[in-house]
Amino acid sequence: MSSTCTNLCDDLVILNQWHAIAAIEDTSSAPSHTRLLGEQLTYCIVDETVRVCRSDADTLPLPVTCAYGYIWTCLGTPLPLFELPEYLESDRTNVCAASIGVRVSAPRAVENFLDMGHFPYVHTGILGEQPHTEVREYDVEVTEDTNEVIATRCRFYQPQAAAGAEGGMLVEYVYRVPHPYCSVLYKSCPDDESRMDVIALFVQPMDEINVRAHALVSVIDKNSAPIAIRMFQQTIFGQDKPILENQLPKKLPLDPRAETPIRADKSAIVYRRWLSKQGIRYGVIPAAA
Amino acid sequence: MQAKHTLITLYDYELSGNCYKVRLLLSMLNIEYTSQTVEFYPAQQHKTSWFKSINPLGTLPVLVDDDLTLKDSAAILVYLASRYDKSENWYPAGDAATLAKVTEWLAFADSITGSASQARLAEGFFYQLDAEACRASAHQLFRILDEHLWFAEQQNQPWLVSGAEPTIADIACFPYVILSEEGSIMRQDYPAIRRWTDRIKRIPGFTVMPGVFPAGPAQTT
Repeated sequence: MSSTCTNLCDDLVILNQWHAIAAIEDTSSAPSHTRLLGEQLTYCIVDETVRVCRSDADTLPLPVTCAYGYIWTCLGTPLPLFELPEYLESDRTNVCAASIGVRVSAPRAVENFLDMGHFPYVHTGILGEQPHTEVREYDVEVTEDTNEVIATRCRFYQPQAAAGAEGGMLVEYVYRVPHPYCSVLYKSCPDDESRMDVIALFVQPMDEINVRAHALVSVIDKNSAPIAIRMFQQTIFGQDKPILENQLPKKLPLDPRAETPIRADKSAIVYRRWLSKQGIRYGVIPAAA
Repeated sequence: MQAKHTLITLYDYELSGNCYKVRLLLSMLNIEYTSQTVEFYPAQQHKTSWFKSINPLGTLPVLVDDDLTLKDSAAILVYLASRYDKSENWYPAGDAATLAKVTEWLAFADSITGSASQARLAEGFFYQLDAEACRASAHQLFRILDEHLWFAEQQNQPWLVSGAEPTIADIACFPYVILSEEGSIMRQDYPAIRRWTDRIKRIPGFTVMPGVFPAGPAQTT
């Protein structure tokens, strides 16, 4: 019943992206294996050097960059990785929260991450609760300089917005989509009103319809131990997993008439349009020309 | 409930179905406890020397109650029901045949763990296991389970073991059945299993875990 997609990727936009494949802290000198864009990869860290190569032995090492707690590689000619300056702020706790397998396409996973409407139903008692189900009006645009999708003025009532939160609060969100398969979320920090906590989702496309979802949590939270932050994020991912795995078709349809959006889906509409405009074909069902 | 009793400690991992069995019964029996998180994935804290000093087997869950340390989910269910369930419904020790049937299903639950849970570990947590073989075994077990439940329903028996009330056999079998789709084991072909899982979800004190959703309210007549 399990479907693995073995097609190799010929989508240059996706081939030329950096893709996160594993948390640095989970990687050792013992070779580990994973899949990226339908290809089997082997990776390890030897003498503080990260090595990634295709598993069929005689190939050259692949490009590697270490960023935001993760090992990233590229099967094409890498473009620069997006900036995440908050990661370097000295008073933040940066936690690689989980790498969970989900049977869904990468764009479906990103789109779910952008969606506030599911919070009360899927993350009940944590990121939302009934009857606080309204998604208030928010703004979405594509930035001209960096070509990212940005959603701002997102507000949502959350009973337990973060591992360190006590009691409900109206949380403000900003979403960035700086990479076709990655999204960064900034949300009100329960500990410091002037700052934003960061949760980043790096989706590794194992193939078109199977991913590893990697999370980086970068928070100003002096009280929660990293393990509490990790377990909080694993709970959220574990709740999303069955929802994502039951979405059909597994690839994201880019034709605006394929799935009927509601007002709350504004960011999804812009995200799909943005993918279309870049000519992305991998993990999506392209709109008819 | 008990005088001068220190709180029970459960060494627990939220995404573990075996830990969920224990959390379910603790909740249904309304027993207070403290939870000590052991990160099974990806940190593998259950393989650390710290945890192996508590459980040399390096497995979860572990339950500590006063001087007693128990390392196996079935043993923990037997213990909790025997000690804390005054109704004696959950582990009906009075009748030899019923008790044997409960034990039979506890063994069946371990077989589900050895197949459906393994497929889930392979797909969601990247364990190097033969997921296809695990799925095939799980389907054989689910077919047996579905038939058993269907025939039981014909006798107006809602639970795995005959009787008006659920037993720890139901609790032991439930988690890795309800989580099976995470291992690509689909359950469309098992309608009696579907009805049984809905009945379990309506037992007072039922709780969810990530990947498990509550049932809608039962129809009232």
